[in-house]
Formats: sequence, structure tokens, C-alpha cells
Amino acid sequence: MNRPHRGAAGSRGLGTMEVKSKFGAEFRRFSLERSKPGKFEEFYGLLQHVHKIPNVDVLVGYTDIHGDLLPINNDDNYHKAVSTANPLLRIFIQRKEDADYSAFGTDTMTRKKNVLSNVLRPDNHKKKPHIVISMPQDFRPVSSIIDVDILPETHRRVRLYKYGTDKPLGFYIRDGSSVRVTPHGLEKVPGIFISRLVPGGLAQSTGLLAVNDEVLEVNGIEVSGKSLDQVTDMMIANSRNLIITVRPANQRNNVVRNSRTSGSSGQSTESSLPSSTPNILANFLQGEEESDEEDIIIEDSGEPQQIPKAAPTSESLESLTQIELLHESTQNGFLPSSEMNLNHSAGSISMEYEIQDPDHKSLEEDGTIITL
Amino acid sequence: MRRFLRPGHDPVRERLKRDLFQFNKTVEHGFPHQPSALGYSPFLRLMAIGTRSGAIKLYGAPGVEFMGLHEENNTVMQIHFIPDQCQLVTLLDDNSLHLWSLKQHSGASELREEHRFTLKGPPGSPPSATQITAVLPHSSREVLYLGTESGNIFVVELPSFRALEDRTITSEAVLQRVPEDYCNRRSCELVEALREHPKNPDQILIGYSRGLIVLWDLQNNKATHHFLGSQQLENLYWQRDGSKFISCHYDGSYTQWPVSSDNRQPEPLENIVPYGPFPCKAISKIYWQTTKNGLPYIVFQGGMPRASYGDRHSISVVHGSQQTAFDFTSRVIDFFIIFSSEPTAEFDDPSAMVVLAEEELVVIDLKTAGWPAVHPPYLASLHCSAITCSHHVSNIPLKLWERIISAGSKQNIHYSNMPWPIDGGTNIAPDPPQRDLLLTGHEDGTVRFWDASGVCLHLLYKLSTVRVFLTDADPNDNMNTLGEDEWPPLRKVGTFDPYSDDPRLGIQKIYLCKYSGYLAVAGTAGQVLVMELNDEDAEHVVDHAEADLLQDQEGYRWKGHEKLKTRDGPVRFEAGFQPFVLVQCQPPAVVTSLALHSEWKLVAFGTSHGFGLFDHQQKRLVFVKCTLHPSDQLALEGPLSRVKSLKKSLRQSFRRIRRSRVSSRKRRGGSGNASEVQEANAKFDQDALQEMELAPVQRKIEARSAEDSFTGFVRTLYFADTFLRDSSRHCPSLWAGTNGGTVYAFCLRVPPAERRMDEPVRAEQAKEIQLMHRAPVVGILVLDGRSTPLPEPLEVAHDLSKSPDMQGSHQLLVVSEEQFKVFTLPKVSSKLKLKLTALEGCRVRKVTVANFGSCKTDDYSENDLAVLTNLGDIQIISLPFLKLQIRYPCIRKEDVSGIASCVFTKYGQGFYLISPSEFERFSLSTKWLVEPRCVVDMPEVTSNNHVHNKSGMENAVRKSRSSGDYGEDERKSGRLMEHALLNDEKVLKEIQSTLEGGR
Repeated sequence: MNRPHRGAAGSRGLGTMEVKSKFGAEFRRFSLERSKPGKFEEFYGLLQHVHKIPNVDVLVGYTDIHGDLLPINNDDNYHKAVSTANPLLRIFIQRKEDADYSAFGTDTMTRKKNVLSNVLRPDNHKKKPHIVISMPQDFRPVSSIIDVDILPETHRRVRLYKYGTDKPLGFYIRDGSSVRVTPHGLEKVPGIFISRLVPGGLAQSTGLLAVNDEVLEVNGIEVSGKSLDQVTDMMIANSRNLIITVRPANQRNNVVRNSRTSGSSGQSTESSLPSSTPNILANFLQGEEESDEEDIIIEDSGEPQQIPKAAPTSESLESLTQIELLHESTQNGFLPSSEMNLNHSAGSISMEYEIQDPDHKSLEEDGTIITL
Repeated sequence: MRRFLRPGHDPVRERLKRDLFQFNKTVEHGFPHQPSALGYSPFLRLMAIGTRSGAIKLYGAPGVEFMGLHEENNTVMQIHFIPDQCQLVTLLDDNSLHLWSLKQHSGASELREEHRFTLKGPPGSPPSATQITAVLPHSSREVLYLGTESGNIFVVELPSFRALEDRTITSEAVLQRVPEDYCNRRSCELVEALREHPKNPDQILIGYSRGLIVLWDLQNNKATHHFLGSQQLENLYWQRDGSKFISCHYDGSYTQWPVSSDNRQPEPLENIVPYGPFPCKAISKIYWQTTKNGLPYIVFQGGMPRASYGDRHSISVVHGSQQTAFDFTSRVIDFFIIFSSEPTAEFDDPSAMVVLAEEELVVIDLKTAGWPAVHPPYLASLHCSAITCSHHVSNIPLKLWERIISAGSKQNIHYSNMPWPIDGGTNIAPDPPQRDLLLTGHEDGTVRFWDASGVCLHLLYKLSTVRVFLTDADPNDNMNTLGEDEWPPLRKVGTFDPYSDDPRLGIQKIYLCKYSGYLAVAGTAGQVLVMELNDEDAEHVVDHAEADLLQDQEGYRWKGHEKLKTRDGPVRFEAGFQPFVLVQCQPPAVVTSLALHSEWKLVAFGTSHGFGLFDHQQKRLVFVKCTLHPSDQLALEGPLSRVKSLKKSLRQSFRRIRRSRVSSRKRRGGSGNASEVQEANAKFDQDALQEMELAPVQRKIEARSAEDSFTGFVRTLYFADTFLRDSSRHCPSLWAGTNGGTVYAFCLRVPPAERRMDEPVRAEQAKEIQLMHRAPVVGILVLDGRSTPLPEPLEVAHDLSKSPDMQGSHQLLVVSEEQFKVFTLPKVSSKLKLKLTALEGCRVRKVTVANFGSCKTDDYSENDLAVLTNLGDIQIISLPFLKLQIRYPCIRKEDVSGIASCVFTKYGQGFYLISPSEFERFSLSTKWLVEPRCVVDMPEVTSNNHVHNKSGMENAVRKSRSSGDYGEDERKSGRLMEHALLNDEKVLKEIQSTLEGGR
């Protein structure tokens, strides 16, 4: 608990601070005035200078006292890095184009260097999950609107990134009824609605969900015909990567498409939507979900590690490189063949739902088109 | 390219699936919930029970069972068999009559509803005019006499239910010759009883509720005798020779009346109040049975002194100087007496009394001195103490089976040796393929062992754990301590006893090793008992050990119940399973998981705080592991806070009821002012609306976190001999799964047999897996090199299983409530998964490995997972590829207690409670199907008894013939039936208590 304190006492008296910077395989050592660290841009220039890479865009990171690799990309975190450095400021530089964003975050360094963690972290943070901090130069995404191009304008598909934040998802759902257009005219059907947003929760802070929004899909699966409890269970089961399609109660803030797409082509996408969306979403999910679903194993009371995928060919890669490989591949939407099978089996069940949908829905759509 | 094929489109696999899986609800075991009517056919020797949910169940010889369900789901009020026919008539509370018949169809009898009928009065008559109160199926088998509330008796033709209006016996016609003064006092009366003259089918006795009894001549359509009773009539009974009859009354008296041709208006012979002189309750039914020795048996229901014994449910039997009032623990619905039904016999010579009480069936042997009870082969009261858990063991070795039966027979010495008196019909079902045991744990600390091999769920042996503990109730407190001269001579009968001395005694987990006879039983107050089967009585000390599951944690106070006090010194145990060691978990929270390894002589147990391993050979605690999250106060405090909230919600609901009563009273008492009533009504509605708006049903959406409550709750424990550390050496291991999605694996070192007592068992944590979705782990399983689940301990040693493949690599299957995951071993890497909740919104409630054999070829069988979800669906999922094979709806999702009670067998069958007292048996397999299949033949009318035996022999021949060509089509004819239980308050309470227990 009092480690930062002790550290400060040990090094504050000295005017200079040692910096050890690593780019590729090369190290540079230099020192900085601790009391006058300057601005981040100056520091960035200095680093480019000492590594002799004046025109290369790089990402700058440092190891903090917990052994985590954290980014330096503005004055604030630069000053934080300087003030907490004890006694040495370790800098890691990566080329922007081949940067591995997943390398940033908690436990990232400990996985590489257990020695470091043994020195710095004798406390029991064993089960702390691996957190990915993405895009150091951007803000970490907490939510996004996705699939705007394929959804009807009245719908909104919101993705909540619970992963990596401490914020609770923070919303409640309830039963209700909504009016649907059917071939037989207007019909009142039961539906699921958002009933409450917890102040300060992820759902509220995004501003993308509101009370009385009707929930239409959870991670690509329609909720119609499912009970409140079922939908609750589905949302919780998907809580680490929750994608909800809603019909917002307030329809005035809808994303307005530009006039060209809202023409005939826009309509055609709309009419083909019900059959195509789940597929698209399913594909989209397959790439994403694996990366955030890693279970953790502790072997013989050692360090917590992510459980790797069983590779079909048992290459004797180190577990770390295997994980990193996996990360890259999943992010590119490219999957090793063993996973392909797996995803296929998972995806196939969602397809059972799809099978019923196309005729049913397309009938509906045909009906509206005829009346138009 | 294969990966682009949709699963479930492989035609070969589809065909195989049809040969392997099939869903049937086959039979209901136990005692019908809320019985409401009883009927008996001395001719068929079949008994019928009707229930409040409209079910009708027929029982005969063990294995002979039929079920029917009235479409209306209305209460069955009366059941009457048509004399000398395979037919019966039921009367429901909606005043409809239903004719059922037993007909043979492809070799087996079936119960079918043939006709239904509702009596219609003349236009404009009040509904009471046709409200049926008494039914008399005439011995001619052609007509049915229907007594009504109006006092008229209608006649309908059978089987067509055509009303014969010209034959109606109106109350006016009956009252014609009744003395004026008597008649005036009692004008409008309902028909209480209709009885046909035992010798003369042209005469029927009509009893009216206010006391008038008339003997009616059907030929001449006039009353021949009038019996002017002064007391409100309850029932009538003819003596065998027809010279006298007996009437019983509301004031607790019964009266004998003579019937002779010279006196048309006789005075009563005698009028007796058996439990007088103080005011008594009504005698609602009476039998007068003659015997060879001249002393009659008088059997009557009720009649107890109102003030001191008015709350008893009794039936009294009087035979000469012997008199016993059988005292039942629940309300008596009805009863009948089995006596000689041969028309030529001179005397009744009663042999047995069959009593249907609300919660159990009691049969009393009237031939044996002391009138002992007969042990029923079916209709067992499963809920004599509430069921708290169940455990099924398939394919019991004969040796263990016999030892359990012999232990049980020593407990049953007080039962009569009389063969089961209700023995109609013939069971033609093939013999059960194997011996199966169903063990039920009860709230009172007992474990009941049921023979679950066949159609009749039969109690073999009852084990009580109470003797190990000191409880408030003195075990020597005998229920029948009444002295000789005690009056009334009450005697408690039956086993239904819903009151538990101490809820901490409740059994929560059971594990029986069928090879070694070791049994582990764990209960509500953290007690774990390990027992061994002993064929003799024994007196010994039970060793005690404490397992402190909170070892490392300090400063916590357990606010739940205390542990049970144990008895010091040696304790005498009867033959059977005798405890030799007690492990007490500290804090004494409910034991939530249990595993026993009889070969390694280890028992593992888990609570909401952690788990432990105990060596029951050396009687030494090997280790404990605390799984509790330090911030989980709720789990630490015990069940107290939950109870509080339950109390609160109960209080609230009571308030709501009271409020609604007040407002409804307001409405009624509104002095007839319509606007005021309306206003009150509107206010009431508004209140109700407001209440709804205040508490809308909403669900919180939140990811699970390590800080959630009860994450440390140990849900499953599993022993496996597998590759935990490296792929060259396998070793014993213990696996535990928690509510928070954590799996712990411990490597065990068990000394070899020759040094087993000298060296300690050692354990070391080898792995800890945290599932990131953090859902409760409900099942752990290791698959061997051939992807077959590892065999049970000692299974291989007894040559009943192939030894596991230790060459290929093992795999670990972890089943959480949300997902199925396969990992490799010894290096844990994820191999396969199947997401259930994310895709379907249902969660796993029960999971087991079941072996399915093909009905087409004998040599093919496979292991699959049988899964029950919280929606009540059953899914079969293949191993090791985790592909969904098939899905069947089984239990309604609202039936929470049904889902919680479900237990699967190892061969694709299962049981779940459809009421507190009934198990529904279902089958997922095409091969193993236990369902009733029986024949009821029409005995020839002339000489019943001989024919009965003969037909039995014929059936036996048929049985051997038909068992060969036991076709598939016939199997499909399993009746599906489920009761509308959730409307019942009692059941809801039951569910509540189950939920409480589940915590």
C-alpha cells in the first residue's frame, strides 16, 4: 500500500531521472530533469531523436509501478509517467503501423516478465482479468452504434463494451407491449423494453439507450417470443460484449442517412434486412467474441494465464506468442481452422432461428411493398 | 467443405437419432395430489381414485394401473363402478357425469372416456333441481339413478346417458303417504343416499337429508315403507340379507331399522351415539358387516366427541368388545371394506378396510388380531416428510439389493402379512430390465430407498439419521402410549407426518456407492455422515470430525443456524446403513455438494463457504479450501437475511389480501347505493393499479463479477483418475466447481492399499480455472482417450465397465449454467464450446451423462449429455462434440419445484415431482421404457372367485407370449398427463420452501 510513497521519498531528492527507452531491439538511456519534464511533444521529439527515427510515427508506452504497459500520448499521462517513475522510467516504442494495441494494459508486462512482477507486485492480484486498452491515441470505446447501413432507420444497434471498464452495464428491462404492422393490420404484441438506466452506468453514459426503448434483438437473436427472464439471461450471458438492437422511444434523434442511400437502394437493403442481418452480425461476432472470452487458468498456484485454444497441430510455441498471434488473427477477422469449426458450431444454432425467419418476414415485407 | 454443411442434415445420423431417442412420460409414482373421491369394484377388484384436478387413477394388482384425465380439470366428486362391468361413472363438481371404460387394445387394456352427460331439468327450473347428490348404478347395468338437491331422482339409461323422464321419482310422489305433520316440517330435501336392496333389485332405499328414508318399489313405482328419522341423515347401509339397514346421522348417532312386510312405517330398532353422551361430530359413512361367528363389524367414519376430539380424522371399527378408532394424520376422503362379494355367500366376512386419506392410503387387515396395517405395494406417500433431494442409482448388484431388502423387512415387522387385497387385473409388462434404486432425502432427516425398477414405486428401506443427534423430541416418545381404558380408543395409523422436529436434520445430498455399500448423506446444518451397510443391529460410537471451511478468514460471524448437537457415547443402530463417521462443516451451512470415492475411501463435501476432503478410512481431514470471496457478507451471514425478506414479502402479501377484503366488504356493505359501490370499486382498482405501477416487474442487466454474492457456493464435486500435471502420469484428483464459475483441481496422493492406514492422503492444488462468463458450474466430467466418461469407482473392479483408456489424451468437460466447454488435459487449453444461454436464453438446471442404446441393434450404444433447462426443456447433447441432438418440452417452466426435483438415470430415464407426493417418470430412450401394461379381463358373472384365478393363469400365458413381440407402436401409447398445480396455494408454498432449501 505504501509503496508509491516510499518510492517518492527515495527519488524525489534527486534532480534527474534515468530513462531507458527501447525501440525494436535497441536501447537508449538518457536522463531527464524530474522537476521540469516539459511537454509530451518535446519528449516525443526527443525519443525520435535519440532513436534516430525522426519521421516514423510511433506509439510510446511505459511500465508503471504495477508492471503494466501504459501509453504516453498526452501531457497528462506523460507527467504521470515521470512522477511515478521509480527510479527508472522504462519506455517502449512501437511503430504505429505494426503496433499491438493489446499489449497495453494490466498484466501485460507480467505475462512477459514474471521477474518484474515478482519484484513489483508481491500482492495477490492473481485473478485480475486481462484488460485490453485499445487505441492509445483515442479514447477507449465504451459503446458504438453499428450496422447503421443495414438497419432500418427506426432501429438502432448498440454495442456496449463492458470489457475493460469498471462501470456497471446499469440498466433494467421490463415487459410491455408494442404495436406492429402485420399483414392483418396493426397488432399489439408483447415486447421487452428498457425500464430504467442506472445513473453513472455504461448504458446511461453512452446516451444511446433510453428508458422505454424497445429491445428487438440481443447479439443478433430476436427476442420476440422470449420471456423477460429469458431475455435477461441472454443479456447477462452476453454481457461482456453486448449488442442490443432497439427501437428507440424517441425517434427524432435517428441517424439520418444521406439522400442517395435513402432512395431506392436504401429501401432494397431494408427489405432484405431481416434475413441478412443476423448473418452479418453473426459473422461480425465470430471475430470479436473469441478475443474477450478467454478463461483464465492458474497452474500449480502460479500466475493466472489465459487459456489458449487447443491448436490442431501442436506447435511448441510459447503460450504468450500463441495468445498474441491469436489476438492479431481474430482482429483481422481471420481464424485458424480449429476455431472455424468451433465458430461454425456456435453460429449454426443461431442459424436455426434464421431458418424460420426469412419466409415469415419476407412475406410481411412483401405485404407492405404491395400496399405502397 | 464439411464445415459448411448444416448440422442435423446428415441422414445417417438422423436415422440413428430416431433409433436412440424418444420422449415419453410413462407413469406417475406415488400418491395422487389432492385426492377427492374413491371407488371400488369388488367384481374387478380394482380401486379408483379421483383428484381435484380431474384425474382418475385405477389400481389393481401391483403393476396394474390406469390413468385418465377429465378434460375439464374439475374436481372428481364421486366414482361408481357399474356392477359386473369394466365401466365406471364419475361425477365432477360441474355436475357432469362421465362414463369410462376399460377396453382391450392390441393386447393391453386402456382406460377411455366414452360419454359425458349433464343432467338437464325442465326449462325454467333452478340449477339445484338437477344438482346431483347421489348416484346409484343399478345392478341391471341398464340404468343409473341420480338423486338431486331438489329431492327428485332422475333415471338415465346406460351407456347412452339418455334421460328416461317417465321414470323420474319425484319428491311429491314420495311424500304422498308420509304423515302430514312429518311432511310439513320437511318439505324440500336433497337426496343424501340411494341404496339398492341387496336381494331384490326392484327395491331401492332413498335417504333424504333431513331424516326421511323411503323404500321404493321400482316395479310399481311407489313407496312401500317409510322410515321417519328425526336426525339429519348422512348415509345408509343395507345388511347383507336385506332384513335390516343402518342409517348414520349428523349428530354422531347411528340407527338400525327393520324391514318387514307387515310394518310399513317401522320404528328404529336401536339408536346409538357411540362416543356420547356429549355432542359428537357427524358419522358420515357406516358399514355393517356380518360374520360367521355372529358378531358384526360396525365400521363408521367420524362421530368423535365434538369438543375434545372434534379435530381428529377417525374411522372406528367395532367388533364385539373390540373397538379401535383409527386416527389418521390427514382428512379422510373416503373408505371401503373388502368383503366376500360372492352373491351366494351367507356372510360378509370382511377382510380389509381401505382408507383414502388426503395424504395417504391406509389398508387395515381386519382378519388378523390387532388389526395391523398392510404395507401398500404402490401409492406410497413420498411426502410423508417433505422430499428435500433425490438420488438415483441404476443397475444395483443383486447382493446389495438383497441386503437392503432384508434390512427393510426387519423394519416392517409390524405390518400385516396379508397379501395385497386389491388384486384385480394382470400385469403383462416385461420384467424390469435391471434393479434401480431411487433414494429420497427428507426434511425429517430420513432417507427412503425405493424400488424404482418397475411401475410400482415400492419402499424397500427407510434410514434415519436422527439417532446420531440430540434433538428436542425424545425418540422414545411413543405415539401410542394411550392406556387400556383410554376413551375413545384412538390409534394412530399411517406414515404421513409433515412436521419435522428440527429443520436442520433435513437431507440435502445423497451419494451411494452400489458396489461397496458405502453411503454418504449430508444435511442442512453442515453435517456429513458416512455409512456402511451392516446386516445386524450394532451399537457403536460415531467418530466426529470438524471441517473449518473459513480457516484463513477472520472476524466473521455466522449468523445462521447452529450445528446439531451430537449424542455422546455409543449409539444403537438397527440393521441397515449405519453411520460410522460424522464430518461437521463449520460454519454449519447447508451442504451443497457431495462426492464419495469408495475405492480411495474419500468423501468430499462443499458448502457456500468452501469444500473439504475427508479420508474415511483413517478418519482424518485431508484438506479444506475456502472459496468464499472476502467481501461476500451475504454468504457469511447465513440464510438469515433471506428468511427476513421472505417474511417481509409474506407480510406484504397478507396486507394486500386484507386490504382487498376490506374494500370488498365495503363494496358489499355499501347500503345498496350503486354509486357508492362503484366509487369503492374504482378506488380499489386504482389502488391495485398503483400497486402495480409501484413495482413493475423489471430485471437488472448486469455482468457477473467476482464480488457477487454466493460466488463461493460449491455446486459440484467430482473425483477422477486423470492426467492433471503431465501427460505421462495420471493420478487421483478432486475437482470442484463454484457458483462464480471457478473450477479447482486438486492432485491427490492416495497410499497403496497395503500402506493405506499408515501413510496420510495428501492433496495439492494443481489447477484453478476461472470461466470468464462466471456462470455457476453445475457439472464437471473427464473423458478418457476414447472420449468416454471415466467409469465410476469400483465399476472396473467389478468387471462392469471397460477400463478407461489411459493412452490417448483426456479431456475435461465443464458445464456451467450457460455454456458447455471442453478443455484438453493435462495442459488446459479450450477445445470446444456450446453456448446455451447466449443463444437461447435458457440455463442448465440438471445435467448428467446417460447411455442410450439403439432399439434396432443391440450392439450400438453411445453416451450423451441429458440436460434439463430452467425452461423445463430436455436437451440431449452429444459427447464429445457437444452437438445438440434433440429437444423435448418436459416440465412447464412455471413449475419451479418440478424442475428443481428432476433426477436423471444413467440410462436415459428421469423423475420429477409433479406434486409434493408424486414423481412423474419419463424416458428419453427408445430402449429403456418402464410403463404400465396390463390387462383387465371380464370375469364371468356366475362364480367370481374361481374365474378370477383362472383368468390370471391365462394372462400369465399371454404375458409370456406377448413379451416377445413388444412392438414400437404400443410403446408410444404412453399417456401424457400433468396437473394444473400452480393454481394451488399449497403447492406454491411448497415451491417457496424448496427455494429456501435450495439455498
